[in-house]
Amino acid sequence: MGPEDPVWRPKDQLLHLKDEDAPFRFPPTGPPRHLVPGLARPRLFRSWSHPFLQKRISSLTMDPECSQLLPALCAVLADPRQPMADDTCLEKLLDWFKTITEAGSSLLLLQENPCLVELLCHMLKPQDLSSRVLSFSLRLTGVFAAQEDCFQYLQQGELLPRLFGEAGPLGGAAWTAPTVRSGWIQGLRSLARHPSALHFLADCGAVDTIFSLQGDSSLFVASAAGQLLVHILGLSMQGPADGPPSLQAGDWPACAKKIVGHIEESLRSTATPQITQALNVLTTTFGHCHDPWTRVLWVRLSPLVAGLLEKDPVPAAHSLVDLLLSVARSPGLSSSSCGLWETLAQTLSRLSPTQAGPLALGILKLQDCPQALRAQAFAVLLQPLACVLKATAQAPGASGMLLPEGGRCRRAGRWSPGRVLGVGELCQGSASPTSDTGHHLCALLLGCVRVQRAALDFLGTLSQGTGPPELVTEVFAVLLEYLRSPDSSPTVLKKAFQATFRWLLSSPKTPGCWDLDPQALLFLRELLPVLQKRLCSPCWEVRDSGLEFLTQMTGRWGGQAGFRHALLASEVPKLTEQLLRDPESYVRASAVAATGQLSSQGLCISPASPEHPGGQQSPLSELLHILSTDSEGFPRRAAMHVFTQWLRDSHADVVGDTEEFVAGVLQVASQDLDWEVRAQGLELALVFLEQTLGQPGSPCPYAVTPPVVAPACPLAQALQPLCRAGLFSFAFRALFDCDRPVAQKSCDLLLFLRAKMASASSPQEARSSPDVASVEAALQRWQAGDQAQPLGDLEPEVVLAVLKSMDLEGLRGALAESSDHVEKSPQSLLQDMLATVGILGENEADCY
Amino acid sequence: MKLYCLSGHPTLPCNVLKFKSTTIMLDCGLDMTSTLNFLPLPLVQSPRLSNLPGWSLKDGNAFLDKELKECSGHVFVDSVPEFCLPETELIDLSTVDVILISNYHCMMALPYITEHTGFTGTVYATEPTVQIGRLLMEELVNFIERVPKAQSASLWKNKDIQRLLPSPLKDAVEVSTWRRCYTMQEVNSALSKIQLVGYSQKIELFGAVQVTPLSSGYALGSSNWIIQSHYEKVSYVSGSSLLTTHPQPMDQASLKNSDVLILTGLTQIPTANPDGMVGEFCSNLALTVRNGGNVLVPCYPSGVIYDLLECLYQYIDSAGLSNIPFYFISPVANSSLEFSQIFAEWLCHNKQTKVYLPEPPFPHAELIQTNKLKHYPSLHGDFSSDFRQPCVVFTGHPSLRFGDVVHFMELWGKSSLNTVIFTEPDFSYLEALAPYQPLAMKCIYCPIDTRLNFIQVSKLLKEVQPLHVVCPEQYTQPPPAQSHRMDLMVDCQPPAMSYRRAEVLALPFKRRYEKIEIMPELADALVPMEIKPGISLATVSAVLHTKDNKHVLQPPPRPAQPTGGKKRKRASDDIPDCKVLKPLLSGSIPVEQFVQTLEKHGFSDIKVEDTAKGHIVLLQEAETLIQIEEDSTHIICDNDEMLRVRLRDLVLKFLQKF
Repeated sequence: MGPEDPVWRPKDQLLHLKDEDAPFRFPPTGPPRHLVPGLARPRLFRSWSHPFLQKRISSLTMDPECSQLLPALCAVLADPRQPMADDTCLEKLLDWFKTITEAGSSLLLLQENPCLVELLCHMLKPQDLSSRVLSFSLRLTGVFAAQEDCFQYLQQGELLPRLFGEAGPLGGAAWTAPTVRSGWIQGLRSLARHPSALHFLADCGAVDTIFSLQGDSSLFVASAAGQLLVHILGLSMQGPADGPPSLQAGDWPACAKKIVGHIEESLRSTATPQITQALNVLTTTFGHCHDPWTRVLWVRLSPLVAGLLEKDPVPAAHSLVDLLLSVARSPGLSSSSCGLWETLAQTLSRLSPTQAGPLALGILKLQDCPQALRAQAFAVLLQPLACVLKATAQAPGASGMLLPEGGRCRRAGRWSPGRVLGVGELCQGSASPTSDTGHHLCALLLGCVRVQRAALDFLGTLSQGTGPPELVTEVFAVLLEYLRSPDSSPTVLKKAFQATFRWLLSSPKTPGCWDLDPQALLFLRELLPVLQKRLCSPCWEVRDSGLEFLTQMTGRWGGQAGFRHALLASEVPKLTEQLLRDPESYVRASAVAATGQLSSQGLCISPASPEHPGGQQSPLSELLHILSTDSEGFPRRAAMHVFTQWLRDSHADVVGDTEEFVAGVLQVASQDLDWEVRAQGLELALVFLEQTLGQPGSPCPYAVTPPVVAPACPLAQALQPLCRAGLFSFAFRALFDCDRPVAQKSCDLLLFLRAKMASASSPQEARSSPDVASVEAALQRWQAGDQAQPLGDLEPEVVLAVLKSMDLEGLRGALAESSDHVEKSPQSLLQDMLATVGILGENEADCY
Repeated sequence: MKLYCLSGHPTLPCNVLKFKSTTIMLDCGLDMTSTLNFLPLPLVQSPRLSNLPGWSLKDGNAFLDKELKECSGHVFVDSVPEFCLPETELIDLSTVDVILISNYHCMMALPYITEHTGFTGTVYATEPTVQIGRLLMEELVNFIERVPKAQSASLWKNKDIQRLLPSPLKDAVEVSTWRRCYTMQEVNSALSKIQLVGYSQKIELFGAVQVTPLSSGYALGSSNWIIQSHYEKVSYVSGSSLLTTHPQPMDQASLKNSDVLILTGLTQIPTANPDGMVGEFCSNLALTVRNGGNVLVPCYPSGVIYDLLECLYQYIDSAGLSNIPFYFISPVANSSLEFSQIFAEWLCHNKQTKVYLPEPPFPHAELIQTNKLKHYPSLHGDFSSDFRQPCVVFTGHPSLRFGDVVHFMELWGKSSLNTVIFTEPDFSYLEALAPYQPLAMKCIYCPIDTRLNFIQVSKLLKEVQPLHVVCPEQYTQPPPAQSHRMDLMVDCQPPAMSYRRAEVLALPFKRRYEKIEIMPELADALVPMEIKPGISLATVSAVLHTKDNKHVLQPPPRPAQPTGGKKRKRASDDIPDCKVLKPLLSGSIPVEQFVQTLEKHGFSDIKVEDTAKGHIVLLQEAETLIQIEEDSTHIICDNDEMLRVRLRDLVLKFLQKF
C-alpha cells in the first residue's frame, strides 16, 4: 500500500461538519452505525431535536489527546522488542502525518512534539530495528522534510544525511530488506520538493544509488526508483524558468545533466534491462510532464531511440512501444516537427506482429495521426485476419491479437462482414480451404474459443454497416450454425446470441413498419427451434443466455405481428414458464425477466394448459410465489424489477387491480432478507406514488404519459390508496432498515412526498390527534430496534402530520455519513496501535 | 514380422501378428453393418413389414420377390440377419497361438474363430471384458433366436444375380462369407477358452514374447496390449479414450519406445465432441418429453449407457423430468446394471473411492431405487403393465434390425411428438431408419464416441514416439465426406503404414539381437582383457543350447579321455569339434612406424600409397604388397613363404592378441 492509496483518509471525513447549524449530528462517542442497539442514534423528530453541540474533531492539527499519546507511541516504535504486527497501522499513521503537514507547518509540529525527532534520531543507532519501522521512519522524514524550513531544521541536526546518505541504512544490513529500500526511495520522493533538496541529493550521492536501484530485484523498488528519477528530473528542470532550454547539455542543471546522461548511456547499452529502464523513465517523463523542456529532451534523445530500431532483434520492444505512444500523446510535443511519425512508421515495420499490435492500436487512437500511418497501423492489426482469409502468406501465430477494436475497424470500412464470416467458418470447421496454409490455419483455428468469441463480437459490431441482402443471409447462416453446433461453448453461444440480436436489429426495415422484415422472419423461424433446444441445455449458462436473448427480442418486437406469430407457434413461451422452476438461481432470475417481458406483451401461454394438473397460475401469481418463496436473492430481485416495470408501463392486463397488486408485492418485499429486494420495493412504491400524485418535476414533453391520476382532490384523499396499499408502513419500516441504501431510499421517498405536501393546498392539520402521537411513539420504538409492534392502519392525515414533524433532512445527512467515521479518528488509531502492544493496559484483565 | 489384416472395419479390427515364431490374433471384431441390408425382425407381428411388396427386376422378372422386399425405394433381404466375418482364407487360423482381446465390442466374432477354424490356442482378456462381452453376445443370440424366421435367403448372393440388384446390395462385399448368428452353446464354448488377465500382468508366450494388457480408458476392462521380446516392442492400441468417463484412465507411459505401434479403434465421428453430444442428447430428450412425446434410445446394454444414465441423473431434476419414467429393456439389462457396480477395481479413481464409503460407484443404483429407472428383460411381461407415457426407453439393438427397439419404432414412428435419439456411432442412422420410412417421429443423431480423436492421437504419438505406426487405411486420409479436413487423419513422421482387409503387411522391422544366457560356471571361467579403457573382451568357447525360444551358452564338454575305441568314437560323434582356437587380434597399424620397422629390418625402397580404405605398402624390390585396411591386412607376395612369415610377424608386433 503506497502513500498514494491510503487505507485511511482522515481528510475525507468530518470536514463538512463545520456547519454547526445542522439540526442533528452524531455525538462524538456515538455508534458507527445509526442503528446499533443501545447506542445513541439520530433524533427523529424535529420538535425533540437538541442543538448540536458536538465538539469538532479536527484531523488537520494535532489535538492535545493525540499529542499526549504520541510519545508513548514513538517509544513503542523505537523499541525493537515491541514489534508492530500490523503495518497497515503505520500506513495510516503516515497518512495522518501527511494530512497534518499538508495543512500546517511541519517545523512547528516537530518542535511541539520532540518525541518525533527523537524517534528519527533513534533510527541512526546501530540496533536490531524492524525493517518496517525503519522504512516508516524514512518515509516520515521525507514527509517532514518536504517543507523547506523543516528540511533545514533536520539538516542542521545532520539527520538527513545520516538517514539517507552512505552512513544510514544504505550501507547496513537493513538495506537487504526491500521495504527499507522502498522507504528510502519514497522518503526521498517526498522531500524532493525544493531546490535545497536537489543540492542535498547531489551532495549525498543519492542519484547514483537510485540509478542502481532501477535494476533492483524487487519490482516495486525498481519501479519506484524509476519514478523518483522522473520526479527529480522534473524538479531540477523547473529551476531554469526562462524559456525552453537549449539542446546543449552544458546549459542544463547539473542534476538533470546527470540523469539525462545516464539515460543516454543506458540507451546506448547492449544490455536489454538497462535499455528497458531508460525507456520506462522516459515514458513516465513524457506521460506526466508536458513542459517545454520535454520537447528538447525528445529532440535530443530521439536519435538514440531510433538507433534501437536498427538492432536486430529490437531490444525492449514493449517498453519502446510504450515510450513512443507516450511521446505521441504528449501535448507538449508537436508530433509533426519531431520526426515522430516517421519513427512510429519505422517501428511498426520493424517489430514483429505481436509486438507491433499494441503500437498499432495506440496509433489508431491518436487524434491527429497522418492517414498513411493510420493505414499502416490498420494493416498491422489486420494482418492475422488477412493471413487467415487469403491463406497465402505464412501462418501468423498471433491468434491472441486477432480482431481487437472491432468498432474502429468498422469505421475504416476495409473489412466487410464477409471476411469475418470466413474466420467464423474456419473456427467452426465448415470452411473448405484449398491451400496447404488454409488447411494449416483450419487446424489452428478449429474450435478456438477465444477467436470464436472475438469473431462473433466483431460480427455483431459490423451489423450497423450496410450490406447487400445476400450478405445478411450469409451472416444469419453462420450465426445459426454457431447457435446450432453442439460444440459451441457457453461463452461462444452468448456472443452468438448477442450478435444475432444486433443483426436482427439492423436487418432492413420496411418504412413505417417496426416488424422484422421477411428475411429476418424466415431466419427467426429457424432460430426459434434452436432457442427451444438451448433452453433445455444441461448447461445453465446456455439456458441463461437463451433467456436473456428472448427477453431482448420480446422487448424489441413483442408487439409486432410477425414476431408474435412465430413465437406463439413455438414452444418457447412454455419452456420459459417451466424455467421459472430451474434449479439454478441465475436461470430462474432470467426466466423471471423473460416472463415479465412476455406477459407484458401478452405472449405468455394461456392459463388453461392441460399439462399442469395443479392449475396453471397467472404470471403475476407465479412471480409473487417466487418473490415469497425463492431461497436465492437473484430471482426475487428480478421479480421486483418486473413488478416495477409492469407498474411503470401500466400493464393492467397482467397486474389487475393496481392497489391490490402494490399491496401484495410490498407486503412480501417488506419481509425479504435481501436489501436489494427491499430497495426495489421502495422503487415500486415511488412509481406508485408518482402515478397517484403526479410526476415531481415537469415531465418530458415527448414521453408517453402514463395514466396519471391528477390530484384534483385534496392531498389527503389522494393518499388514501397509498395508505390502503400499505405503502407508508413499508416506507417507515424501511427508514430504519439496517442496510443504509434502503434507509436512504426510503428517506428520499418520504422527502419527495413532503415536497408534494408543501406544494399541495392546505393539508388538514392533525398534529394534535392521539393517532399521531401513537404513531410517533411506535416509530421511535422502531428506531430503537423494536419493530415488533405494527403501526396499524394509517390515515392520510396522520401520515401527513407525522411526515411534517419528522427530521428527514437530518436523517438523510446522518445516513450519508460513512458508517465507520468515528472509528477512523486519529486518536482511535493511536489508541489502537498502543493497545495492540498493551501499553494502555486496558486489556490486561482480559488476558487472564 | 508380418501383419495379416482380416477385417476392413477400423473400429472392429481383427489382425494376426506373426512375431518371433508366435502367431497372435489381435481382437476379433464382428462387422454387423451387414445386417442393415436385412428387414427388421419384429417381436410382435407387424402387418406393415409383412405386407411389403416383393422386389422385381426392371424387366418384371419377380423370381427374387420372396427373398427381397421393397420399402420406400430401398430393397431389403427378407431373411435372418447375417454378419460379415473376418477373413478366414488369408491365413490358416488353426495356427493362431493366442487371441488378445482389447474390449468387449472387439470380441463379438470370437465363436466363429474358436469354434469353426480348428483354433486350439488360448484367448486372453480382462474379466469385465469377458463378462460384458458375454452379455452382448447373449443379448444378440437372444434377439435373433426369439424371433425364429423360417426363411434363409441365399439366391440373391449368387454373384450373377447380385450384380443385378440395386445399391447397396449390389456393392456388398464377400456376401458368400456372411454367416448367421452363433448359438449360445458356441458362445459358452468360445468363452471357456478365455484366460483372465489383469492390467500390467506379464504373460509369457512360449518364452519368445511377453504380452501385457494396459488400461485403455475406453470401457470397463478395456485394454491396449504390449507385445515384446527382449529387444523388440510392438504396441497394439485399440479403442482408447482420454476422456474422464467411468473406466480407469488410459496408461500412455507404457506405450513409449515401441518399435511398431498398431493403431486401431479411433473415434468413428471425429467431428463430434462427446461433451457437446451429451448436451444435445439431454436437450432433445427434455424437449420431446416436455411436449408429451416419448424418447427412444437404441443402444448397447453396456458402455455409453452408463455415462448417459449418469448425466441424466444430474439433469432430470434440473429439467423438471423427475416424473418421467426411464425404461431400460434388454435380456441382460439387470446383469449389465449390476455388473457395472461390482468391477470397482476397473473403474476410474472417483468411482473407486465411492466403493469404500461404501456407495455404489454408478448413480444408476439410486435411479433404480427411486423407481426413476426401471429395467425389464423384454417388453413382454411386467413392462406392459408398468408402461406409462411419455417416457424414455433405452433398448437394443442399435442397428434397428432386431431386439425390442423394432417394436418401439413401429409403435412410435407414426407420431411427430416422439423422438429417436441415436447415440451409438456404429451404424449409419439413415440406413438404420430406411426400412421404417416414411417416418413421422423426429430423429436426432448424437453419436457419442469417446475413443481417441485425431488431435489426441497426434499428441499421443508425439509423446510415445513409436518408430513406425501401422493403421487402417481409413485413418491415412480425411473422411470422404470432409475431404478438406486435413486435420482428420493420422499425421506422423514417418508416415503411417496403412492396411486394408485381406492384406498382408511386412512390418519394417529387423531383428538384430537375441538375448543369450551364459551358465555361471562358464562365466566364471572367462578372463576378460581390457582392450580399451572401459571395454573388456573375453573369448568364449561354448555350446549354444536353444530350447523354447531361450538360448543358453553351456560349457563345452571336456575332451573325452582316450579310452576304448568304440566308445570314444561314439562320444566324438556327440561332441562338436573343438578346434584349438587361434588368438584374436585387435588394434590398428600405424603406417609410418610400420614403414620404419620394415626399414629397420632391412627392407628398402618402400613406397606407401593411400587408398580409399587405408594404405598400400609396396616393397618394390621384393615385389611384395602389404594392403592395410581398417579391418583386414593382406600380404601379397609370390610364393615366398619365408618372406610372408617375416612380414606377418612384423605386422603382428603392432597388434594385441588375446
